[in-house]
Order: sequence, then C-alpha cells, then structure tokens
Amino acid sequence: MKYNVILPTGILVASLLFSGCGQKENVEADPTPAAPATTETSAAPAAADFTAAIEQYRNFAVEQCDLFVKETEKFTNAVKAGKLDEAKKLYAPARAYYERIEPVAEALGDLDPNIDARVNDVDAAEWRGFHRIEKALWEDKTTAGQEGFADQLLKDAQLLRAKIETIDIDASLMVTGAVELLNEVSSSKVTGEEELYSHTDLYDFAANVEGANKIFEILKPEVAKKDADLEKEIGDRFATLKQELDAFKKGDGYVDYTELKEDQIRKLSQNLDALAEPLSNMGKILGV
Amino acid sequence: MSDRNKNSNDDSIMKKPMTRRDVLRLAGTGGLGLLLGGGAIGGLFTAENNHKTEAAQAPVAEDRIPFYGQHQAGIITPAQNFVCFAAFDVTGSGSNSLQKLFRTWTAAAAAMSEGKQVGEENNNHNLPPVDTGESVGLNPSRLTITFGAGTSLFDDRFGLSSKRPPSFKELPAFNGEQLEPQWCGGDIGVQVCADDMQVAFHAVRNLARMARGTAVLRWVQEGFQRSTQADPSGGTPRNLLGFKDGTGNPAVTSGQDMDKVVWAQGSDGAAWMGGGSYMAVRRIRMRIEIWDRSSLKDQEDTFGRYRTSGAPLGSKNEFDPVDLSAKDEKGNPHIPANSHVALARGDGSLQMLRRSYSYSGGIDLKTGQLDAGLLFISYQRDLIKQFVAMQQKLSKSDRLNEYILHVGSAVFACFPGASKGGYIGDTLF
Repeated sequence: MKYNVILPTGILVASLLFSGCGQKENVEADPTPAAPATTETSAAPAAADFTAAIEQYRNFAVEQCDLFVKETEKFTNAVKAGKLDEAKKLYAPARAYYERIEPVAEALGDLDPNIDARVNDVDAAEWRGFHRIEKALWEDKTTAGQEGFADQLLKDAQLLRAKIETIDIDASLMVTGAVELLNEVSSSKVTGEEELYSHTDLYDFAANVEGANKIFEILKPEVAKKDADLEKEIGDRFATLKQELDAFKKGDGYVDYTELKEDQIRKLSQNLDALAEPLSNMGKILGV
Repeated sequence: MSDRNKNSNDDSIMKKPMTRRDVLRLAGTGGLGLLLGGGAIGGLFTAENNHKTEAAQAPVAEDRIPFYGQHQAGIITPAQNFVCFAAFDVTGSGSNSLQKLFRTWTAAAAAMSEGKQVGEENNNHNLPPVDTGESVGLNPSRLTITFGAGTSLFDDRFGLSSKRPPSFKELPAFNGEQLEPQWCGGDIGVQVCADDMQVAFHAVRNLARMARGTAVLRWVQEGFQRSTQADPSGGTPRNLLGFKDGTGNPAVTSGQDMDKVVWAQGSDGAAWMGGGSYMAVRRIRMRIEIWDRSSLKDQEDTFGRYRTSGAPLGSKNEFDPVDLSAKDEKGNPHIPANSHVALARGDGSLQMLRRSYSYSGGIDLKTGQLDAGLLFISYQRDLIKQFVAMQQKLSKSDRLNEYILHVGSAVFACFPGASKGGYIGDTLF
C-alpha cells in the first residue's frame, strides 16, 4: 500500500482558492525507507481547472433532483390516496435519488433534517419527512393521518430542486462529498439504523455508493494525473463493492436488511472502509 | 518518516511571514472558512510554533526499544504496562499484496517504535492526516510491535503451504474450553505493548488503517497489568484473582535458556523461523464473582501459593523452591497435587516464557457478570512439546479450572527479527 503524503500548509490551500496565483511548493514523500524521501518542484503546474467537472456534477445533481421530485410526488400521492402497498413500494426507490446527492442537500440548511431526519434526530414535534411516513407505513401499517406529512415532504423536495441550482459547488465539496457519502453508509446504513421500519437500507447503501462513484468518475482524469496508483485502487475497490452489493439484488431493488447475515454485514462494512480510505485521499487533486 | 530532509522544505514554507491580517483576509474570501472548518484559523497561527515544539521534545532514548534486530522486540522484552493485541485476516490474495503489507507495516512499526508518526507530516487541509495523531507529543513508551503468522496463512491462498513448519498446527481441543469464534484465530497476529495505552492503541489503529483493502481486523483485546508507576520495584504482577503470576518464568537474561525455551532454531524444521518464536494466545475468562466468594484457604490451595507473599505453600518467600514432597505435621502435602503450581511446575521439564496481561471487557450482557480475566500469552520454541503438553495437563486436573474458562485461542509463528532494509517476514517469502 502506498501512502503518498503532501505537505502544504494552510497557506498553500489558500493560494489555491485564489485560483490563478500559482506559486506553489510541492513536497511529496514515500514512506518506504528505500525510496528518496523528498522531491521538490519549484515550477509546479498551474492548478487544475475544475470548471467542467463542477458543471458536470451540477447537471448530475439537478437531474437527480428532478427525478427525486417526480418520484416523491408519486410516493406522496399514494400515501394521500391511502394506497398502503403502493406507497411502500415507491418509498425506497424515491429516496435513492436523494441519497445519491445527499452532501449537496446537506449544504442547504434545514432541508436535510426536514426530508431525511430519523426518529431521534429532531424533537418529536418537529419530526417530518420520509422516515416519519416510513414509521406509519411499516409500523402502524396505515397511511391515515399522513396527508400533511406527505404534502410537506413534496414541498420540501420541490424546495430542494429550486435551491440546488443556486448552490455553490466547488471541487472541494465534491471531494469531501464523495467521502461523506460513504461515511453515511458506514455510520447508519450498514448497521441497519437508517431504515428502522422498512429495512430498505440496502437501497440507500447502493445509492450513496453510486453518488460517490459518480463524483469519482467525474474527477477520475484529474486523480489519474496526480496519482495513477490511487486512481486504480479506488476504481478497483468501487468494482469490488459493487459486485458485492449486486449479490443482494432482488427484482428492481435489494433484499430486506434483516435477511443479511452478520458476516455479510461485516464484509460489506469492511469493503466500504477499504474503499473510503483511498477515496479520502482524492483531495490530492486540490492540494498540489 | 525516517528522513528528516523534509524539514528544509517544511521550514521554507513555514517561515514565510504571514501577518494576522493576511490570515483574516484569507479566511474572509469565501470558501476558505468552509474548507478549513472552525479551528483552522488558529491552526494557521500555531503551525510554526507546533513545529518547533515537536523538535524540542525529542523522545527520551530509554523509552525506545529498537524495532530492528536479530529477534523481534516484545518477546523477551520485559513486559510493558499495557498490551493491545490484534488478530487480522488477509482479504487480498496473492503473496505480492501480503509482502507489500508487511513492508508497509515494517516501516510504520519501526517509525512508531522511535516515537515518530506514520508517514510524513501532513498539513494539507484537503487530505486526511496520514497519521491518526493521538500519539503526537507522546514518547514511545517502550512500544514494541511483534508480528506472527497464523496457521491459516499457510493454506493455499498465498503459496505458502509448503512453508508451514511441521510442528506449527492448530491447537487440539482441550477439556472444558468453550471457545467463541470472535476470540479465535487470525491469519496474522500482532502483539503491541507499551507503557502507555494510548501509544499502544495508536499503533494498532494505524496498522489496521494501512491494511484496509488487504487485511481486516478479526479481533482485538486490550490488556493491562500493574504499572511501573504503581510498583517501581517491578515485583511479580498479580492477576485478577489476586495472586502473583509469572514467578516461575525462565530468566530472559540467559541466552542459553532462551535458545532452549523460546527461540525456534533454523534446524527445527523451518529454516525461515530461525530466531523466531511460536506464540500461544488464550483469552481466559475468570469467574470473578465465584472466586470472590471462595475462602482464602481454598484460593491458596487452588494456586498452591500463599496469596500475600506468593511463596509456595509451606515456604516463606516467593522464590523459594516449589517442593511438592513437603508435608505438613499431619503428613499431608503442603501443596495439593492438583493445585495450579503443582501441575504447572511438575518436574520442571516443561517451560515456556509467559507474557500475560489482565483484561477487562465490561460485563456479560446476559448475566451482568464481569467479563474479565487473563489474556494469556506465551512464547515457546515448539508449541506441541511445550504449550500443548502443559495445557493438556492443566485442562484435565487443574483446581483452577473451577474458576476459569478458556474462551479465545490463537497461535502464531512469530517471525525472526528484521534488519534495516529488510522487513518482517522477509525470510518467509
């Protein structure tokens, strides 16, 4: 395993943000004892231009958001029409669009808790959104009394769609967002805590991974330029995890979380860590 | 990590003058505040300062145990205060990834033994720090990291099956044990010891992090014993049953004894193990609550020693010879034949080097009883002739069995020491 390290200070980070002021010192080191420990380039190449990548990601986010509103509307309509089984069927697939772009949504203030809070995330009186309805559908086994929550949820989804075009996406948000998506998985989805009542955690799991993968795909050329080994490693590990997830596919979706055996959960979690670790070094493309 | 050249680069960056106003100006330009997070502005101010402080606090030499050498450190090294034991399973395939892992681990272990961080310092705010950082500023605290290969490493995954030493096998089942899979086995075992728990944990955490994608943790157990602070005289430690444990250990100062008892010889059947040692690890749960209700007489008869002094029953001092034939005035042996010391001592022909620690794992959720006991670790030249022979004897008739339960088990072939430029396990590949 190779751990290349970069050593700029906050000052260098800052200089990058003044895009264009390019004087940079660059120190790379390989910890294996045989290798020369430092190299220095006084004329480092100019900072990469992420304009196209950001545009690509913004389009992706908008497109996911469009679909999110559309599918959420189908879901909330079913809830309001009292169609319990249909609502249950539409629940997880609608959420997937949100889960793919969650870090972007999180950057937009209260929208994330309003849409995605779990039972103890907020005061009981303020609890609304998907998981509030999830509880009604799976635990109380009814749509009764959910009409208001359904209307609110759709409004919140539409608000997200409206705001997403205004959000200030920069390369660093993409880089950290990709890791955040995987952290989401390892803190709640892989443990089955996200979908307490519906046990549709694997839908969210897959969607988070897909969202992270999309960011990686967009930034891949830059990563390859900076560190080809890292690019290959991340690519390989995305493939491994995808293959592992595919084994749990059922119809258009995924098996119930409760069907997973302990050792399967552990392996998923470990493969996720194995991916998230190199992915967290993708920030190299920003630093030097 | 071992190279200090970077200082020159580092310094040249660090010494660029930067006024408070500069920093605030930078912080004010959107994005930066967000990117650096709350504490980062303070970080800019103190970066240079930290750097100097670190250089000024070079670790004290006597707190270091050299990593490289003929034998691995942590075997005959006098036991440190704490252990953090980790067993790993290798998930990758092919011996290349395994060798790469050992190379990476060797460089990291050598650095950490010197009190250095893993990898170069990393102040890039776009990247996670290479070292996890909780040992920054701490001295090495006599850190040792000892690596061994489990029997499962010699299956067909890595092309090592022909290298398995003939005497290195899974342990047979012993009477009365109730092994739980979560405390058993592992492709690789790593014993990390230090006089500071945070230093020991830091090492395990960083090794596990480096292994991600190649190997995963299988089980981890922390352990402790009385610290050198609490007992500056360095007397024999007491286990959680309150008795001195380890009185009968062979003297590590005798090279001859160590060659006989601890170090595998190249002529023993696996040339690559010459200078290594075989480790047995057992997680032994103590039935603390039951023990605490048993009479002092029963406790002392169980061990065959006095609780206070550690002396063999019928004798005065801890290191008095164990005389199994000594009788009291009624003609009964002072030391019961099924006592722990009587069985363990026997005729003195079975020896091993014990390096155990106590553990506490909270409570057993089912019963509410303490999950505490002994993380038994022993090193020997031959597992079957030494550990297995001894444990077969003990598991059948040791009085102590009423109060203990073996719940975890693993064996590891601990490599010979690595020399600079080489790596742990390089004789194997």
